[in-house]
Amino acid sequence: MIRIFKSEWRKLRRPTLFLGTLAAVIGLTGLISSLLFLLLDSERGNGREGMIITRETLALPNGLYVGFANSAGLLGVIALCVFAAQTAIEYTNGTLRNLLVREPRRLLLLAGKYLAMISFALITVCFSAIVSVGISASLANVKDVNTDLWYTSSALSLFGSTFGNVLLSVISYGTVGMTLGLLLRSPISSISIALAWILVVENILSATVDGISKWLPGQLMSSIPVQFGVDFSYSWALIGSASYLLISGAAAAILFKRRDVVN
Amino acid sequence: MCNSYKVLTSQNAAISVTDLTKRYGERNAVDHISFEVPRGTICGFVGPNGAGKTTTIRMLLGLVKPTTGAGTVLGEPLTHPERFLGKVGALIEGPAFYPALSGRENLKVLATLGNFPHDRVDQLLDQVGLLDRATSKFKTYSLGMKQRLGIAAALLPSPELLILDEPTNGLDPAGIQEVRELLGHLAGYGLTVLVSSHLLSEIEAIADDLVMLRHGKVLFSGQTKALLTAQQSTVIASSSNPHDLARLIEIAKNSGHQAQIVNESVHVIADAEFATNFNKAAFESGIILSSLVTARPTLEETFFELTSDN
Repeated sequence: MIRIFKSEWRKLRRPTLFLGTLAAVIGLTGLISSLLFLLLDSERGNGREGMIITRETLALPNGLYVGFANSAGLLGVIALCVFAAQTAIEYTNGTLRNLLVREPRRLLLLAGKYLAMISFALITVCFSAIVSVGISASLANVKDVNTDLWYTSSALSLFGSTFGNVLLSVISYGTVGMTLGLLLRSPISSISIALAWILVVENILSATVDGISKWLPGQLMSSIPVQFGVDFSYSWALIGSASYLLISGAAAAILFKRRDVVN
Repeated sequence: MCNSYKVLTSQNAAISVTDLTKRYGERNAVDHISFEVPRGTICGFVGPNGAGKTTTIRMLLGLVKPTTGAGTVLGEPLTHPERFLGKVGALIEGPAFYPALSGRENLKVLATLGNFPHDRVDQLLDQVGLLDRATSKFKTYSLGMKQRLGIAAALLPSPELLILDEPTNGLDPAGIQEVRELLGHLAGYGLTVLVSSHLLSEIEAIADDLVMLRHGKVLFSGQTKALLTAQQSTVIASSSNPHDLARLIEIAKNSGHQAQIVNESVHVIADAEFATNFNKAAFESGIILSSLVTARPTLEETFFELTSDN
């Protein structure tokens, strides 16, 4: 397993992918966290989907991490793209046959690749947390946000749960990407279908059909770190996401194990 | 699926397959084939496009599951590729690597995965003449360089069995000669090589054994020499006087042989021994032959004869 993990990291660490992804993560997190504070008094809102997050809300113990939690959706989309591309590209490059000749135990190979990509996602989430916390701490004084509760032990424990939830959400998105990469065997198809579903179809369905959000995978995954504007609980989001991922992941894994490699 | 088949493997077979079949829908890409590749030999794997060569190779490497049949590679069953692939090197249907990684990094991906020493990477890059381009991205390589990187990747595990699918594709004549020498060199160390190629002259030059496929079936499996010597030879006679050619045809036909004029020579389908009698009969008819040679069909001619639909 370790050699599969290390082998996958030789591909993940290439500068265009690694540094490019980190730049995207830092840029998007920086933007979301900055706008959270800079648009504090704006009537058009300063949070996700135009939500107004007040000074009083930001002054709570978890105020330091609101920007980070709000970045989870975009971090998830980035993870989805990376996981899907890294999986499907083995088919389009024809490199899967090389990998399977060197490691014919297919599920082990898949597990090693998955763990390597999870570790990649973990790094992006860490960078996102550092950038968001740094920007939030800097802008809080500028925008007169009371930070007395930010540096307490309860705030620190809240960071642990926020970080865990963001990571879970990002891994969920990544797993969807990997599953689609295995099923469709094309990076472009996998990413475009996933994004079209999550960003367009689900948003239209959520806005037009009452009570459907709690059944949509994208809505469930994005609600793990931020329970805003949804009519279901955190545990429902967690269980729902896990169910979707287990079923689709298992189907993709079985297909990967049984399917002939002909390209 | 495969377990109901008993594989009759001779002790010295590197590859042995029995009744191997791969069916896609209604079509049998590989149709109940059986053959053996003896250890320590270079075995040519030839057939027209679509004959089933690559599908067979993929089944040998565990990439494609046989519909029926069974086999062994290095004494281990095809159903457990993890038991033999560590000792097998393969180049399948052209080199496939990560375009954005360098040649060296591409080999290190596979060396890490296969748990092979990384020292071998540069040794192999040197061996295939790519050490000076080791840090260049794969996408900048020429077709010949990509092919040589593929051969280097196949050699990574210090294999006992090397399976090469069209290894000379894209190589210039010097590169083809290098591959031929490399394969001969490897076979000298007891390595078994199964090599498919469209360049039949190359196969004829290097292959001790041959497996010939057509429409998914084995047309011939055995020693190359045995195949070629079994083919009918041609006695080719020329005369300085073109008017003698018609009389030479008549002499050949009177001896019970088929004959025809090809490029101002008379080609007689006959054993080499006939040449002496033919020369004598021509002389007795007042014809002085300017040349008289006996030719055996090349592998290419034999291949076309055996694989022709007619």
